[in-house]
Amino acid sequence: MRLELRVNGEIRSAEGLWSGESLLYVLRERLGLMGAKNACEQGECGSCSVLLDGELVCACLVPALQAQGREVLTVEGLAPQGLHPIQEAFLAAGAVQCGFCTPGLVMAAYDLLRRHPRPSEADVREALAGNLCRCTGYTKVVSAVLAAAEGAVP
Amino acid sequence: MEFWQPQSLTEALEIREQGAEPVAGGTDLMVDLNFDRRRPKALLDLSQLPELREWDRVDGWLRLGAALTYTRAIAELGGLLPGLVLASRTVGSPQIRNRGTLGGNLATASPAGDALPPLMAAGAEVELVSRRGTRRLPLPAFLLGPKRSALADDELVAAVWVPPARGPQQFAKVGPRNAMVIAVCSLALDLDPERRRVGCAIGSVGPTVLRATEAERFLEGTLEESDWAALPAAAQGRFGELVAAAARPIDDLRGSAAYRRHALSVLARRCLAWAWTDGSWA
Repeated sequence: MRLELRVNGEIRSAEGLWSGESLLYVLRERLGLMGAKNACEQGECGSCSVLLDGELVCACLVPALQAQGREVLTVEGLAPQGLHPIQEAFLAAGAVQCGFCTPGLVMAAYDLLRRHPRPSEADVREALAGNLCRCTGYTKVVSAVLAAAEGAVP
Repeated sequence: MEFWQPQSLTEALEIREQGAEPVAGGTDLMVDLNFDRRRPKALLDLSQLPELREWDRVDGWLRLGAALTYTRAIAELGGLLPGLVLASRTVGSPQIRNRGTLGGNLATASPAGDALPPLMAAGAEVELVSRRGTRRLPLPAFLLGPKRSALADDELVAAVWVPPARGPQQFAKVGPRNAMVIAVCSLALDLDPERRRVGCAIGSVGPTVLRATEAERFLEGTLEESDWAALPAAAQGRFGELVAAAARPIDDLRGSAAYRRHALSVLARRCLAWAWTDGSWA
């Protein structure tokens, strides 16, 4: 089967899809976008978080063919050039260690700040509750998101 | 495997009749596909059917379309169904709540389905539709066993009908953390002070979500006598015991039967105290 969708502003297509294929598989294996990570494949870890028509989703749980004609934003599309301020904030706060969870966390933070530009710490923790990080203990991740919200990024 | 994307419910029911597996948010089904646990011969995508996404007031009930997501339930139903909203907030994570639907929770029929206790406590009915027609089943008659429901092979869950809250509603759930948790046990409480009616349903402590009928009758008697004054402590304790007695839990990797019974009696006392002191209804 054939899929055509808009990814990071560009029309992309893929041929020969299996009907049960996930959006994550299409992004990584057919379109070469490695930002969304493949870890648990059951929606537990949030590493594959992307926006589908503006909604934060786990790409591993979206049947790819449901994305026909729809719009996907991945971490690669966040900043036209260089890094997005949220990514800068993650770097500045030391919120990146091994980096595997980072793209998913950045997308979840982006989704939060778009809806809620001045979140409390509790808001940040609730918004990031679906993203697992085994390195940082989350403290610096939360600081990074709060710093990004305040525009306090060098 | 085929992938069908009908544009109308009529078309969807024709495809369903041929044995296609429905998918809306994909939060349950895609896990099974990713892990090669299930290979349906065809998938029936319900995401293009606007009629399943809407909710309305009809004949004094709320009719919630099966494809209503938890995120939308939280944003739109707060004043009408506070118990369902509290439960929806405990589902998964933002990513899961954006995709998961009430219809999916019903059709999956897990005893741990978070939306099911508040729906059962409120007296909800499930609307099932096929080419043969439409039928409405009270939720206890729809849920037959662990992941087994009365949904026939040619039927879809079209909607769930719920009376709007007439008094305080509460929900509580036990799990190792606040997100991404399959309930170890859960409880929903629905009080209608004016009609002196109580609904109480418990999750993850039996083959299906269950009603705690004796606990409900006991509390209705207490409502009668106490007239909404201070809640007698003895009544709270007795309510907790009766709720725990209604449970039929098993030992499994999430918790022992004994722990579940104990935790449930604690949830029952807490939810009762919260509901009783909810000033907006006094």
